[in-house]
Amino acid sequence: MRYFKRQEASVQGFERWTGVRTAPGSGLVGARLSGRRLWRNRSRTILIGAAVAITLFPVLWILEEIFRRGGSAMSWEFITSSTPFSVMKSGGGFLNGLVGTGMMVGLAAAISIPLGTMAAVYLVEYGKNNWLAKVIRFFSDVMTGVPSIFVGIFIYTILVKPEQFTYSALAGAAALAIIMMPIIVRSSEEMLKLVPNELRDASYALGAAKWQTVIKVVLPAAAPGMTTGISLAIARAGGETAPLIVTILGTLHLSTSLFGPNTALPLLIYTQAGQAAEAAQARAWAGALELLAIVLVFTIVARVMSSRSRISQ
Amino acid sequence: MVASTTNTAFPRFQAEGISFITGSEWNPNEDTYGILPFIYGTLVTSFIALIIAIPMSLGVALFLTEYAPRWIRRPVEYAVDLLAAVPSVIYGLWGLLVVLPWLIRPVEEFLAKILGWIPIFAGPTTGVSYFAAGVILAIMITPIITSLSREVFRTVPMGDRHAAYAMGATRWEMVKEAVLPRSRAGVIGASMLGLGRALGETIVVAMLSGNRNEIDASLIRAGSSIAGKIANNFAEAGKDQIEALVGMGVVLFVITIIVNMAARAMVWRFARVR
Repeated sequence: MRYFKRQEASVQGFERWTGVRTAPGSGLVGARLSGRRLWRNRSRTILIGAAVAITLFPVLWILEEIFRRGGSAMSWEFITSSTPFSVMKSGGGFLNGLVGTGMMVGLAAAISIPLGTMAAVYLVEYGKNNWLAKVIRFFSDVMTGVPSIFVGIFIYTILVKPEQFTYSALAGAAALAIIMMPIIVRSSEEMLKLVPNELRDASYALGAAKWQTVIKVVLPAAAPGMTTGISLAIARAGGETAPLIVTILGTLHLSTSLFGPNTALPLLIYTQAGQAAEAAQARAWAGALELLAIVLVFTIVARVMSSRSRISQ
Repeated sequence: MVASTTNTAFPRFQAEGISFITGSEWNPNEDTYGILPFIYGTLVTSFIALIIAIPMSLGVALFLTEYAPRWIRRPVEYAVDLLAAVPSVIYGLWGLLVVLPWLIRPVEEFLAKILGWIPIFAGPTTGVSYFAAGVILAIMITPIITSLSREVFRTVPMGDRHAAYAMGATRWEMVKEAVLPRSRAGVIGASMLGLGRALGETIVVAMLSGNRNEIDASLIRAGSSIAGKIANNFAEAGKDQIEALVGMGVVLFVITIIVNMAARAMVWRFARVR
């Protein structure tokens, strides 16, 4: 093998370009690479760079389109008025969808947060590894893999029912709650597990009962982390379209009733985007901007909360 | 869940028998419900998505764990997370109104012109197709596969990497000999989870596949999938058709459960061999 000497600076350049590591300070590059190995290494680096570029391109593209097209269609009128009945008509907005989404996600959160939290507390504090805990874990694992449209169909068969035509916001909320549950259970379980046992022991040492320990010590300690899971679940539910198609039907009215057909932001985007009329498509873009803003707010809350809980540990 | 949906769909299962799954004719006017075209569409769009998404995701995950300097890692991670946070209906909107006319359709026309003699690229194309849905699905499942693979690559001990370098390996040789073999099970599991997501994804397929009731060998022509068909037809369907659509949902559920089980079995087997 041929060896050759190089200045330290050029060794660094060589390392950067080929990815070959040399012994530090030796001034000697190891065996010179054969052309084939050198080419392979370099071509793979380029391929990986290309994969990153191709993956990042849609991020920039989708944001650019939503902000440009959505921004030009966005107005105060859009936020404060409902969708016109004629798709050709310009103006109007998605207030009906905003109200529907708010109602259903709110109700779904009111159902799934207490239930999910209680299930997680049971898993960590009471059940541990008994059969019931295993069953709960198994089902919440399976549930995360179930397609959301199937959840919608399930709710349809028990709450809406063929021929009875009782599409309702309540059914939509129930579907969203089922989608949120496993996310909340699994993330809350992880967070509760992170609470150090010393805290629990200290509480017991002061004479606290188990339920007092859970409510006054364990839950507050895990709260920031659990908020992360809850925020992510809300962001996920707010963006769901498929289960709503089969449970709330979609209307153009503004409806505050839990028991009648309703609509939601993603559902309106879906129906208006499919129209050929420019006015409807403009509304869909503005709706996309509004929905993305809402979803990102909850995602960012989740991020901030998770970094805060890491600090407290 | 399975009991309630199966119960609702039972009259259709009974009326159609095995031809519910094997029949390729879907005609509500004649009460014929064969869902094979939609099973086919579900599988084809998901596999197109996987074929595109796996190399991209592995590339990004390797970049993040092995190649990227620290200062660029954070922004790329945020961008991938952002891709995961975007609701599917926004992908559908963007795919239908922007990507389809600007990118997918020209590519399809090019494929039809150059490779049109191969059945899977036979034209003429109208834009909406299995391929169009598959491309957007690929973008949607990339973040999942990326973040899971990244976690898997991180579990490879630093010592293994240093050992490979000490043997004079180039960076790629280190990745190939030290990182990838140890991560195979995890990467397969991550891909399977991505597949599960693609199989069940509804809105994007409903908007981009063309909603056609027939099997077409050409990937660049219109088709549909189980979830897409349900979303497109549910609102205006009569009782019998609703039952058939619910039955399709049960079939989709069974397919995704099988994929998830297979993912676990595979991960478990590779883990044991190692």
